[in-house]
Amino acid sequence: MKPAPFTYHDPTTADEAVALLAQHEDSKVLAGGQSLMPMLNMRFVVPDHVIDLNGIEGIAGIRDARDTLEIGAMTRQRDLMRDGTIAEKAPIIPGALNWVGHFQTRNRGTIGGSLCHLDPAAELPCLMAAYDATLTVQGPDGARAVPFAEWPLAYMMPSIGPDEILTAVSVPCWSGNVGHGFVEYARRHGDFAIVAVAALLAVEGGKISRAAISLGGVDVRPLRLDAAEAALVGEAPGADTFRAAAELARGIDAMSDAYVSSEYRQRLAATLTERALNAAANNLNGSA
Amino acid sequence: MADTRDITLTVNGESHTATAETRTSLGDFLRHTIGLTGTHMGCEHGVCGACTVLLDGEAVRSCLMLAVQANGHEVTTIEGLANADGTLSPLQEAFWEHHGLQCGFCTPGMLTSLTAFLRDHPDADEKEIREAISGNICRCTGYQGIVNAALDAAKTMQEG
Amino acid sequence: MGVRYIGAEVQRMEDPRLITGHGRYVDDITLEGMLHAAFLRASHAHAKIRAIDTSRAAALPGVHRVFTHVDLGPQYSHRMNQLYPAPVIEQDRTQYPLAKDEVCYVGEAVAVVVADSRAIAEDAVALIDVDYEVLPAVVNVMTALDDGAPLAHADMNSNLMGRMRSQFGDIEDAFAKADHVFSAAFMQHRGGCHSMETRGCIGRDDPWGDGLTLWTSAQSPYLIRRALGKWLDEPEERVRVIAPDVGGGFGPKAGFYPEEIVIPLVARFMERPVKWIEDRREHFMSTTTQRDQHWDLEVACTSEGKILGLRGKITHENGAFVPYGILLPNSSLTPLPGAYSIPAIDVGVDIVFTNTVPNSPVRGAGRPNGIYAVERMIQTVSRELGIAPDEVRRRNYVRPDQMPYETGATLRGGVPCVYDSGNYEALLDKVLELADYNDFPARQAAARAEGRYLGIGISSCIEDTGMGPYEGTTVRVEASGKVAVRTGAASQGQGHHTMIAMIVAEQVGVSPEDILFESADTAKFSHGVGTIGSRVAANVGPSAFDAATQVREKALKLAAEVLEASEADLDIEDGVVRVNGAPDLSITLGELAVQLSPPSAMRVPAGFDPLLEATSFDGSSGSPIACGSNVAEVEVDPATGEVRVLRYSVAHDCGVMINPIVVKGQIEGGVVHGIGNALFERMIYDDQGQPLTTNYGEYLLPLASEMPRIDITHMETPSPLNSLGVKGAGEGGTIPAAAAVVAAIENALEDFGVEIDYYPVDPQYLTELIDKGAAEAAE
Repeated sequence: MKPAPFTYHDPTTADEAVALLAQHEDSKVLAGGQSLMPMLNMRFVVPDHVIDLNGIEGIAGIRDARDTLEIGAMTRQRDLMRDGTIAEKAPIIPGALNWVGHFQTRNRGTIGGSLCHLDPAAELPCLMAAYDATLTVQGPDGARAVPFAEWPLAYMMPSIGPDEILTAVSVPCWSGNVGHGFVEYARRHGDFAIVAVAALLAVEGGKISRAAISLGGVDVRPLRLDAAEAALVGEAPGADTFRAAAELARGIDAMSDAYVSSEYRQRLAATLTERALNAAANNLNGSA
Repeated sequence: MADTRDITLTVNGESHTATAETRTSLGDFLRHTIGLTGTHMGCEHGVCGACTVLLDGEAVRSCLMLAVQANGHEVTTIEGLANADGTLSPLQEAFWEHHGLQCGFCTPGMLTSLTAFLRDHPDADEKEIREAISGNICRCTGYQGIVNAALDAAKTMQEG
Repeated sequence: MGVRYIGAEVQRMEDPRLITGHGRYVDDITLEGMLHAAFLRASHAHAKIRAIDTSRAAALPGVHRVFTHVDLGPQYSHRMNQLYPAPVIEQDRTQYPLAKDEVCYVGEAVAVVVADSRAIAEDAVALIDVDYEVLPAVVNVMTALDDGAPLAHADMNSNLMGRMRSQFGDIEDAFAKADHVFSAAFMQHRGGCHSMETRGCIGRDDPWGDGLTLWTSAQSPYLIRRALGKWLDEPEERVRVIAPDVGGGFGPKAGFYPEEIVIPLVARFMERPVKWIEDRREHFMSTTTQRDQHWDLEVACTSEGKILGLRGKITHENGAFVPYGILLPNSSLTPLPGAYSIPAIDVGVDIVFTNTVPNSPVRGAGRPNGIYAVERMIQTVSRELGIAPDEVRRRNYVRPDQMPYETGATLRGGVPCVYDSGNYEALLDKVLELADYNDFPARQAAARAEGRYLGIGISSCIEDTGMGPYEGTTVRVEASGKVAVRTGAASQGQGHHTMIAMIVAEQVGVSPEDILFESADTAKFSHGVGTIGSRVAANVGPSAFDAATQVREKALKLAAEVLEASEADLDIEDGVVRVNGAPDLSITLGELAVQLSPPSAMRVPAGFDPLLEATSFDGSSGSPIACGSNVAEVEVDPATGEVRVLRYSVAHDCGVMINPIVVKGQIEGGVVHGIGNALFERMIYDDQGQPLTTNYGEYLLPLASEMPRIDITHMETPSPLNSLGVKGAGEGGTIPAAAAVVAAIENALEDFGVEIDYYPVDPQYLTELIDKGAAEAAE
């Protein structure tokens, strides 16, 4: 299990990386390497060129721009978990990252790498869908912004050109009386989820004013439960309300594969949505 | 023509300069170029954890990094975990005392991972330790000796 | 007598090397001029090979040569040897080291590339073109014997490898006089070994010097030496096999693999050492596993729950070839009747070829299956008759006053299976106490009030350990006073060095640190058998003890002459023989050794053979039967089907424990392997025979995060079959575990009437059973 030969490039600027991608047709972008390296080792991918982003200045780090978190694409998952601003303004993120692989892989894995790899069961895309994050992509003609809803085009296929790189992610934080819940079921700690659910709730005057429910693992891309979100708005938070909303998850179209049936995914979607909503209601009081 | 780079990295405090084919993993480079065979390759797809080393003090999979990416960095392997005077570290001592290994193949990854984890989480309890090593597979011990060793080492280091 | 070590918790002698990164596993060995190999493996489960074109691969810079079957030459064109021939094998079939004209499982070796580096060898493998004619594959063991099923081998007329039967007592009578007959059918699945070190070997041929040397990550180096010598048609004395540090074995490294022929052979052709290290994907595809086994059983019993007879049929998946005889299916039958006195048994096995990787024993071999089957029937009787599970067991255990108890079954080698010693009911009492079993209903009720489902399950087992013929030991005191100990027994992490050093040190009167230990090198000891079936402690323990005793007696006899004292007044401590009461009168063991290995023209003292040395092959006069009772306590989440093992308790009896730390480690590791079988590990093939679980994200090994703390208590009933009273401990953790966990899950889900007929119990399957039970309850 040794990678096929490739030519290695280690640009130091985003522009240089983009130019290399434009120049070399059969290239792969190497971020944290926690998904690409196994695929290289197993020769599932055999690129002629590997463009390593780890030496690029200025695309890692976390900045608080009022109520939006500006996160560099090469920010390590570990740094997302250790960051004080994220812990304060979006505590669902570090909590959910506990489910992402293991601490050794989080030491290398990046937010951008996970969003570009776009595994349907991965936690970070599920979270970004819940937040309606905006992604900044840089190409030969400059930068463009992509709303997360438009990011996944198909199974593990993000809306990014062969000569573009993801440079940043903007996460609009929720404010007011908000709560968050993230639950997932995987067979073992650190495995990709069979189903993961991220839930965000905002409450005003005793009624739910805003809700976001994002499911990972059920579809080829993170799935927002629009119907359930709409059903929740205007209702008082409570177990029966949550159960009724969660039941809507049972009717979703869910994938099946050699290991898990669609019926089982639907069952988990309903169960875990209810649990995520209850968890969110239990920590209403500040941030989400 | 193979794509190669001359790289320099510090391993266990000692500087090494060598030529690496760019496709070579850090783990293979440590084992076969530098000759430090204490790091073990168990799965080469990042799950078993046997190949874990410390990169600038943080635990990483050496099968999921290219050797060229370690250029200019500091690497610590199992061979570098003992105290400066050559005596065993508290964690190594605890592994010995609590039967934290049988065949020894997962041991380098267990020791490097727990060295970093206990440094950052000196108060870790059993559940946290079990989660910390959930990225390190051991087929021999059933993990109990390893967990006991980690708990004991944490205590020793705190007292120490 | 000096310091006692047997029974003491001695820290392992192996560890200082391993915890500092100084082990020496096969991939750590580098030889001058060494080349690297990679195999092309079959990508189809069943196909004819029409043609192989290696020209592009051979032309790649850095490639030295590419070998296919024909390239090995006519002298080396025959199939591998059957390691364990047996009359019940109706259709024997071993593989060619490199496939000739037909491949029968995905992963079968087809060609090998020898290159400057492993990476280049893999580059070249990708350039080999094979023209296959794909044939239908047989994958499902349950339909493989149906009329019209695809055949695993094109030239066979059925997929039946052979049939076996364990039959004793009057089974017709048992069923005729039974108050009740209950039946149960279930599939058992066990996965691969997944030793953290994969297989791998280095071959070197030095025709004018050392001959052929093979370093290999293996459990049975002597078996490999004999098989390789025989296959090559060369004297095995010119073949040396070394198993260096081995990173786990668990059964599948006990055999003899195609690579262990091909690598030394191509090293010979290349006139350079050649290394091949199995990668993890190859491990999934080409290392033997232990997969499906279906049981269909009936139990005859009285209204009081006394079991009178057990009959039924097993369908055993063999995989594509028979590398290892019938050891695996046989070991599924021999544990019947488990820990119980069941007077009549009639169970047959159909052994069935499929187009999947060959099967061979994995930790416990068929014993976990046999014990699972018996324990399932105990549970069935308990449920059907409404008698508590522990009570049904009490009413059926073999009692101490029945020992030695001849079950009626036959062990390997044709000898009757006799339970030598043990108190199974006392062991149950111990584990129930350890598990707070009597308080469980209160725990269960309290949890249920919170909507949580707890369950508890018992499993009792016996294990035939220590099968013969022997594992010998040589003990020799050197002039330095150090004691050289050599044995044929190979270790894969079990701590043999420590165990043997303790036995010898205690007997000879030195410290374990004074032992210079060497094993698993066919050049260092005349013959060995293999580390399988929990057999080493009960074989090498007695031989080490006996050899050390002979050395001690010889040393004392000589010292008595030298010191002019009576032997009875002498003792050995710290390597020095002293006269009791006269501390100034002494001689070191090293000085005695020199007297027995004098320089030229000097004489060995009259009445003595040269060297302060002895070799023994003393072992066990039969298979010591270890036993255990386990209790698993689980929580099931009916909404997700998740099972968590909350507590796991073990009462185990492996006779006298030489080193309790090591025994504890064996049991803990074994239990976790068993829980992995019960809940996680599943090797999945699609209906074309393509393996679908070929990485550690897809094949789920148990992790620390899901495993419970394991509480262990011991009884030490000495075995009367060997000098130390020891029994094997290597598999006693695994054997009963799946049955305990599955019983606990059913107990937790009693409200839903869940009856499990398959393991590993995955959550999706469990939710289906829960829904079915809930629907039936609602009707």
